[in-house]
Amino acid sequence: MKYRENLIQIGLLLTALSTIAILFLIALFILHEGLPIILKVGIKGFICGSHWSPQQGHFGIFPMIIGTVWITIGALLVSLPLSLSCAIYLSEFSTTKVRAVLKPVIELLAGIPSVVYGFIGMVVLFPMVRNYFGGTGPCILSAAIILGIMILPTITSIAIDSLQAVPYSFREGSLSLGATRWQTIRMVILPAAKSGILSGIILGVGRAVGETMAVIMIAGNSVIIPGSFLDPVRTLTANIALEMNYATGDHRQALFATGIVLFIAIIILNIIANTIARRGVEK
Amino acid sequence: MYRLISVMLILMVGMGCARNNVETINIAGSTAFQPFAEKLAEEFMAVHPDVRVNVQGGGSAVGIQSAQSGVVQIGMADIVTLPKEAEGLNSIVAAKDAIVIIVHPTNKVDNLSLQQIQDIFSGRLNNWAELGGEKGEKGEKGENKSITVVSREEGSGTRDSFHDMLLKGVQLSPHALIQNSTGAVRLMVQSDPSAIGYITHGVVTPDVKAIAIDGIAPSPENIHAGKYNVVRPIFLLTKGELKGKAGEFIDFILSPQGQKIIADNGLLPVK
Repeated sequence: MKYRENLIQIGLLLTALSTIAILFLIALFILHEGLPIILKVGIKGFICGSHWSPQQGHFGIFPMIIGTVWITIGALLVSLPLSLSCAIYLSEFSTTKVRAVLKPVIELLAGIPSVVYGFIGMVVLFPMVRNYFGGTGPCILSAAIILGIMILPTITSIAIDSLQAVPYSFREGSLSLGATRWQTIRMVILPAAKSGILSGIILGVGRAVGETMAVIMIAGNSVIIPGSFLDPVRTLTANIALEMNYATGDHRQALFATGIVLFIAIIILNIIANTIARRGVEK
Repeated sequence: MYRLISVMLILMVGMGCARNNVETINIAGSTAFQPFAEKLAEEFMAVHPDVRVNVQGGGSAVGIQSAQSGVVQIGMADIVTLPKEAEGLNSIVAAKDAIVIIVHPTNKVDNLSLQQIQDIFSGRLNNWAELGGEKGEKGEKGENKSITVVSREEGSGTRDSFHDMLLKGVQLSPHALIQNSTGAVRLMVQSDPSAIGYITHGVVTPDVKAIAIDGIAPSPENIHAGKYNVVRPIFLLTKGELKGKAGEFIDFILSPQGQKIIADNGLLPVK
């Protein structure tokens, strides 16, 4: 019996290790494929170069880094007010019944395939943006709106969970001291739930940075440094997905190198999210 | 347990039989020709039940590589000039495909010169008013007449052919929007009154307007007569002469029946 228990334990350990092994192998693979071109062009030339035309031998991904950053910031601006107020309402004001219906519905948003979001963006959002703001349709603004909706469920549901995790005694104490409900939320509950909400936001940012399909369809994909929020941009993920099908030689390596930059960015985001979450627990 | 073993045995015997009697032909490459190849394969298999034709996409580069390495018997490529990677392969032109320039149906422009096309796509010319588009007709915002250029991604066979045949070395404007499929380019053009793009002739719908180049409209008659000459060949690539069923399949594609299937679905037959 003991022997069998051990066997199962070792088996489970191996399964757990295999996920780490897969991550390690993927990291090794993209480093192996992408590093040569970074070394050839130079880290500075690759990251800060603003000219991308791989078939002529120009590999600068700076416009795409800028594009990714702008779209992500835009998505946060769209998503934060909505998701935070939604979370505060569902956690602090709504009845349990309403929450039991609304929360799963919001989470359902995460289950819609990104192609569908992209298509809605092209068909519904482009004409609206053209009418009200001008420009051509595919631009930072459109991408930010669609991505903002896509990261809404991530931020909302983590924010609800962390608001709910604030002990009920905090609310009782604050209210009994004469604070209004809004004062209680603003000064007691939000600060107490801060770390959880922040890590939810960072996970949302991670999703926005990594989103590919919808962004390809609605961001326009021009490799330029945008001058306004109505200019089209290309993100790092879009660059890889657009050109990987045909790329060979240096071009292919440059796409893997784009992947390295993206990989590092996501790792940094995750480390920040974990640190914030852990600090919250310790406190 | 016995049941499991017997099921497996039956499966193995079945697979053994299949391998003995059915010959497999593998084809891969150009996504533009893939739907046609599938259609042709279907018809061919209906007549030859002992042949199994596997059609895969992957793009022209994949078609060339996998024909060269022998992974597939037939590779498909849709580029104007075959690159040096295709050296040593037998190439047969199976069909031809015209590339047409499309604009929004409400656009008043219906003819552009080669020079104008190069100026538009390079970004030197960016206003429809200079091309005879009436003032105020573009876009829901009256004054917005600037041209939205829509192109394909770097490496696309359609883009390479377009650059080879029309832009001729002129650089594409960095402000051009990039879409990664024919369908997405068409959707972009049909939804934006100031857009211009290019797609293959076979997929032009009434939602977009195909325009003439130097006065020659891309009508089926003009294309067949060779007057409209923005046409790229679609190559079937093989390593040496093919014998057996794969050779028969190529003969079938080039036969009147095969060419009719190609023509019925929107490409240009070679014969």
